[in-house]
Amino acid sequence: MGIIKTDKLTFEYIRRDEEGNVEGITRAVDEVDLDVKQGSFIAILGHNGSGKSTLAKHINAILYPTEGTVWVDGMDTQDEAHLWDIRQEAGMVFQNPDNQIIGQVVEEDVGFGPENMGVPTREIWERVEESLKAVGMYEYRKHSPNKLSGGQKQRVSIAGVIAMHPKCIILDEPTAMLDPNGRKEVIRAVRALNDVEGITVVLITHYMEEIIHADQVFVMDQGHVAMKGSPREIFSRVEELRKLRLDVPQVTLLAHELREEGLKLPEGILTIEEFVEALSRCR
Amino acid sequence: MSLILDHVNYVYGEDTALAVHALKDVNLVIPDGQFIGLIGHTGSGKSTLVQHLNGLMQPTGGAIYYNGEDIHDKDYDKKRLRSKVGLVFQYPEHQLFEIDVFKDVCFGPKNLGLSQKETELRAYAALKQVGLEDEFFYQSPFDLSGGQKRRVAIAGVLAMKPEILILDEPTAGLDPKGRDEILDQIAKLKEETGITVILVSHSMEDVAKYVERIIVMNQGSVLYDDAPAEVFKHYRELEKVGLAAPQVTYIMQALAGKGMPVDTSVTTIAEAKQEILRVLHRTV
Amino acid sequence: MLRDITLGQYYQADSVIHRLDPRVKLVATIGFIISLFVVDSWIGYVAAAIFLAFMIKLSKVPFHYMVKGMKAIVFILMITVVFNLFLTPGEPLVSVWKLTITKQGLRTAVMMAVRLSFLIVGSSLMTLTTTPNSLTDGMEKLMNPLKCVKVPVHEIAMMMSIALRFIPILLEETDKIMKAQIARGADFESGNLIKKAKAMVPLLVPLFISAFRRANDLAMAMEARCYRGGEHRTKMKPLCYHAADRAAYCVLLVYFAGCVAIRIWL
Repeated sequence: MGIIKTDKLTFEYIRRDEEGNVEGITRAVDEVDLDVKQGSFIAILGHNGSGKSTLAKHINAILYPTEGTVWVDGMDTQDEAHLWDIRQEAGMVFQNPDNQIIGQVVEEDVGFGPENMGVPTREIWERVEESLKAVGMYEYRKHSPNKLSGGQKQRVSIAGVIAMHPKCIILDEPTAMLDPNGRKEVIRAVRALNDVEGITVVLITHYMEEIIHADQVFVMDQGHVAMKGSPREIFSRVEELRKLRLDVPQVTLLAHELREEGLKLPEGILTIEEFVEALSRCR
Repeated sequence: MSLILDHVNYVYGEDTALAVHALKDVNLVIPDGQFIGLIGHTGSGKSTLVQHLNGLMQPTGGAIYYNGEDIHDKDYDKKRLRSKVGLVFQYPEHQLFEIDVFKDVCFGPKNLGLSQKETELRAYAALKQVGLEDEFFYQSPFDLSGGQKRRVAIAGVLAMKPEILILDEPTAGLDPKGRDEILDQIAKLKEETGITVILVSHSMEDVAKYVERIIVMNQGSVLYDDAPAEVFKHYRELEKVGLAAPQVTYIMQALAGKGMPVDTSVTTIAEAKQEILRVLHRTV
Repeated sequence: MLRDITLGQYYQADSVIHRLDPRVKLVATIGFIISLFVVDSWIGYVAAAIFLAFMIKLSKVPFHYMVKGMKAIVFILMITVVFNLFLTPGEPLVSVWKLTITKQGLRTAVMMAVRLSFLIVGSSLMTLTTTPNSLTDGMEKLMNPLKCVKVPVHEIAMMMSIALRFIPILLEETDKIMKAQIARGADFESGNLIKKAKAMVPLLVPLFISAFRRANDLAMAMEARCYRGGEHRTKMKPLCYHAADRAAYCVLLVYFAGCVAIRIWL
């Protein structure tokens, strides 16, 4: 069993009208099976409202399945005895950078998680230092979070999770509110965590260029997994992605369109180098 | 009919040690009916610039003229200006407050002192312009999806019948399809009404696809002001100021680098496709 | 507009006062305030003034910076003075129309003005030299005994520190929503009071919604980071007294004893 495993995970919530009468039941997550290997980089794609954030909140035991089971490192998330272990092992970073920073000074925010876990003072300082260094925010440790850019704030949030020494980290659209430079900063930090520290990463996003380096990609639609595979496999299915309200990097799309015109280009081209290489073979 | 910025300067906290020169000698002419992209990284002064265009901020130096009149003249009607130069802020759905969608869109025209009938006619037309179906009109704006909320907020500004529509990152936080839908709707609106549109964006791909003129801001001044193809020729300089060209530009540059005689100034996928096919067919 | 209030906003500097334990500063501030009511003679006020001036000097906070902050409360000060001046019964001094200034009134008015301004300068000296964070830490620790009587000390301190963190964010948000509504022709300035109050609806509704959304997000983020109240919690920056803090307590004690002595013998 991998670090994160779900078995027929289903989550339903009841919609009510203004008087509180039940209007209907919405299935936000529908029989999802995941098995994430320790140390891998997983991307979950999907349009807004596809159920990807709801899925993510199950891994951190913020939400509990209506049906099915979620295990984090072998622990069932519905087992209350393991609640705090699960939240420590599966750290979570959210979308809005302002709404998840608790401390008024960068270093104090990073120390918040370890404080809650009851880590001794001296070790908190060590953890804060190493976490801030891991995301390249050590020089900013005395700053107020309000003075940082969006990308920097998200890196502080990531450091706050790393300081809890998690085995995996779930990022719920961490770049959705950032500008392109902020987005790059955050993705770089996340990749370093995965490569250098070996932390399992589950990245939820709708920016396609962020998933190129993932080991495995899941595409969600209407609560279930609509597509699954390596980034290359996913990107070679341009038409399907479009139907799921997603798009592909320009280079992939251009290759796809030229293929439609009869050029002999392979599907699923991910980089400019690949494209130039493939096209030169066409000539 | 045009908006002219004449040597506009803006300094935050003038006379203090912490003075920040947010706009430096900005000169621009915004004529009727253009589709303009305004780009620049965070802190380049584009938000400050945009707030000058409808008189929300007053320049500390220079002047702004709308249809030949100085908008900071003592007896100039600012409210009328704001109805003519409509500004849609980033995440505009955060400004919704009424109990239903229709009432919220009525807020703008009502503030202009229009009659009840005219107000409602305008609100209806604006909601149609953003492509919102009738069934949502009497729902609470807070029950709508993210994309729908944003449309309602844009309609709220359109209902004032602006001649210039400024949108500050109208697609932030939307998924790819939602982004395309909003931008297509704006392009269609521009086509049908001939309104001037200024699109503030971080996405070079979007800007290249829709606009006819790009204004690049950097450190408070205008770095480039030209057609997209011309601006993106400076992709190396753009990178230096924390921006980039669309991926297509890099593809074409890479192809040219490999000795393929393509025109590197194309900026959209459709153009790139035509260009590659043209070159290949000639050489095949 | 709201940003202009500098009363008691933390002033970054490296001084003895800045480095003191927040508990010392809290206790000292309370002690100082009490001392203002202990003394009732001019000599006592001179003693308090000397003590305060000495502390300001030590804190390295420029005096004009503190005075600037005082502007916000001049109005309250004026009201107090005027009330005391005209409404205290006693031996008449000057009589203008129906209003009479009495000797006792003049004395009380001046005393109140001195007391109030000392009180405000004294307490703003504390907030000027202590970050809001360590202030809440200090309060939490000082109020710790109250836990026995079921006062949620930790929760109060946590709420205060979160409120402090979100004030600048909400101010910025207010500014943004205000501008967005002005761009839609809203008018927050003209009209009578009722009209003005009505005009606030388009500002307040979005602001409340946003505040609730943020609170919701933050609660979730805190839970995700294993927050479960004050129990089992360790501190990254635990408070402990140093030599300087003990010395400060001694100074305070001497001052306070002096005040009491003045009251009794002078």
